[in-house]
Amino acid sequence: MSTANARIALVGNPNSGKTALFNALTGGRQKVANYAGVTVEKKEGMVTTPSGRTLSVIDLPGTYSLRARSPDEEVTRDAVLGQLKGETPPDVVVCVADATNLRLVLRLILELRQVGRPMVLALNMFDIAQRQGLRIDLEGLSRDIGAPIVTTVATRKRGIDDLVAQVEAKVEALAAAGQLDAPNTWHEPSPAEIRRAHAEAQRLMKAHVRPAERPDTMTGKIDAVLLHPVAGLAILLALLFVMFQAVFAWAGPLMDGIEGGIGALGGLVATVLPDGLLQSLIVDGLIAGVGSVLVFLPQILILFFFIILLEDFGYMARAAFLMDKIMGGAGLHGRAFIPLLSSFACAIPGVMATRVIDSKRDRLTTIMVAPLMTCSARIPVYTLIIAAFIPNQTVWGFANLQGVVMFGLYVAGIASALTISFIARRLFWRGQVEPFLMELPTYKTPDPKSVLRNLWQRAEIFINRAGRIILPLMVLIWVLSTFPYPPEGATGPAIDYSFAGRLGHLLHPLFAPIGFNWQMTVALIPGMAAREVAVGALGTVYAVANAEEQVGTLAGALSADWSLAMGLAFLTWYVFAPQCAPTLAVVKRETNSWLWPTVMFVYMVTLAYLAAMAMYHGAVALGWG
Amino acid sequence: MAPYAPSFAQALELLMDHLAPVTAPAVDPQPDHREVRLSQARLGDRGVISQVHVRPDVDHHGLSADELERRLLELGFVEGAAIEVIHEGAIGRDPIAVRLDDMRVALRRHDAADIVIRLDARAAAQ
Ligand SMILES: Nc1nc2c(ncn2[C@@H]2O[C@H](COP(=O)(O)OP(=O)(O)O)[C@@H](O)[C@H]2O)c(=O)[nH]1
Ligand SMILES: [Mg+2]
Repeated sequence: MSTANARIALVGNPNSGKTALFNALTGGRQKVANYAGVTVEKKEGMVTTPSGRTLSVIDLPGTYSLRARSPDEEVTRDAVLGQLKGETPPDVVVCVADATNLRLVLRLILELRQVGRPMVLALNMFDIAQRQGLRIDLEGLSRDIGAPIVTTVATRKRGIDDLVAQVEAKVEALAAAGQLDAPNTWHEPSPAEIRRAHAEAQRLMKAHVRPAERPDTMTGKIDAVLLHPVAGLAILLALLFVMFQAVFAWAGPLMDGIEGGIGALGGLVATVLPDGLLQSLIVDGLIAGVGSVLVFLPQILILFFFIILLEDFGYMARAAFLMDKIMGGAGLHGRAFIPLLSSFACAIPGVMATRVIDSKRDRLTTIMVAPLMTCSARIPVYTLIIAAFIPNQTVWGFANLQGVVMFGLYVAGIASALTISFIARRLFWRGQVEPFLMELPTYKTPDPKSVLRNLWQRAEIFINRAGRIILPLMVLIWVLSTFPYPPEGATGPAIDYSFAGRLGHLLHPLFAPIGFNWQMTVALIPGMAAREVAVGALGTVYAVANAEEQVGTLAGALSADWSLAMGLAFLTWYVFAPQCAPTLAVVKRETNSWLWPTVMFVYMVTLAYLAAMAMYHGAVALGWG
Repeated sequence: MAPYAPSFAQALELLMDHLAPVTAPAVDPQPDHREVRLSQARLGDRGVISQVHVRPDVDHHGLSADELERRLLELGFVEGAAIEVIHEGAIGRDPIAVRLDDMRVALRRHDAADIVIRLDARAAAQ
């Protein structure tokens, strides 16, 4: 066993401060990746001890037991047991405990002890414990659990040196002994064993912990408001409203900035590179393609800023509580609320956020319906079609008709997502429902530094994804829309002669029953890159240069060429259709199989087709053809 | 991927489950030791968990009784733990939040049916 790079694993209940401790230990020396084969985030970092030894630290998902119930918890179990593919077992397990909430973690410690690996207990949140006047007999407890105890305040980096020293002592002892002190006797505990462990934990509590003199009353007071059946829901709605305002209003200038920057970069490259294929590949394919996804970065970051802030404060569990009945009616878990919310910005972070859902079934259902939420890439398409076909007039005396239609499109997205998950639950999961069991953590003031760090990591992950998954797709779509070149003396737009154009013509008979003309069909193909690319593509086929900036001109061209029924059919198509290859690619990654993106593609296309057909023929029947 | 179609017998069984009187908690004659299932407890009900026994013959939405029992136990729903219902959801008073010893836990009433609590004298007298 090499002592040069001993491995330390942080294990503990959710919200005990593992991530805060991990940050305090490793500072900026950390990276986020995925465990091989599973889509659980792996946070790994380095810490150098005063004696110059480098320790590698991993932050494991929180758990109440080594008996895993979710993909996250499986990683924790396998990492602790040393069964994780491609990972060496940890040399020392650091159990992170919330000093003010010891009962459940004591039971986990008893399980960890059976594993037989050297362990150090970090008694975190010790500042709060002291404030509450909680007395813990550290020596006695340490003797009884057979592990050294270090008190820490992760957010203020207190006790970190001491913790590192204790861990290093364990590493040295292990190296000197050359073997573990005890064999691994862990097995999945039966109900009777869990009860016995509880009794033992209770005995430890009685013997070594004197109840708090000034227990926390803050959480109860805040909950009286935030979990109030009426006020709580009203506050949740108000919070959502503010979030959406922020996502759509604050992000605007930033998005314009990014768009401008990307445009400028494209322009610059275009002047440096000679006209031709290479220039087109780099400017129209890579820069414009990746740019069309990167513009969503500000929205995604603002959204995640709120989510991280509310999560660290302890509110997200409350939001899940408040929404559980409504989500449950559609067969979803209360926790699905957050991923679905994220999907309003973009389905990609939404699908990524489903990792918080324990059960595989619930997670899959949530992933499957996430793209039905009205993501912001649909907005340019909706705006264009609404501007072209919906008169800007007042209805019912107060509402703007264009606004009403926009609102209707949002409602259609939400309603279809809930309906689909309801049907999926009935049809495929035979009505099985996972239990909703969730700790409501005590409220804490979020630590600004850790919020920013977390936000930065989200940005990195999204940009990485844009690079690795989205880039190749963009190149593919560029190839399809560029080759072959139009013949000499061609009169139509160039895209008309490309593979995409031919494919569009080829597919047109399929789309004729839902009222699409060939131009619309052709625009769908580059529109697979991201929904809003369809606007540019329609601009190309209607030969409107700079369609994104000339929405008015393009809308004019469309309203001259399409009937109202066609416009409505196109809108309806965009509510449901899986017009986003990056989302499908992310679903492939998150589910680790081609089955689910295929299922998603097929059901969404079917839904879009049927809905657009109904809309088209209904509108024609009303005389709008 | 067969469609959801319980057989007639299954449906009947389910119906019987719903109609059958609650069997487990024998009502204690002493008024200060009234027992209720957590699924039936009201806001402010307070006491000590007297029994966590997930019935194997009842449908737990596809989860085995043993598994549900272990999950409840792991989250601290264990005989002897102090418990109080502190919040109820807006729709159908579901889910509920309880204070369980020093922590707070949220759960659906459906999953709480097999947790029996012995109410405190004060709460029971109300
Ligand atoms: N007062 C205080 N707050 C802490 C301490 N450690 C963590 N926190 C806060 O507790 C919350 C949960 O911490 P986090 O590291 O995300 O927990 P994890 O779920 O175990 O990774 C965050 O809001 C942290 O800022 C501590 O020692 N003292
Ligand atoms: Mg964490």
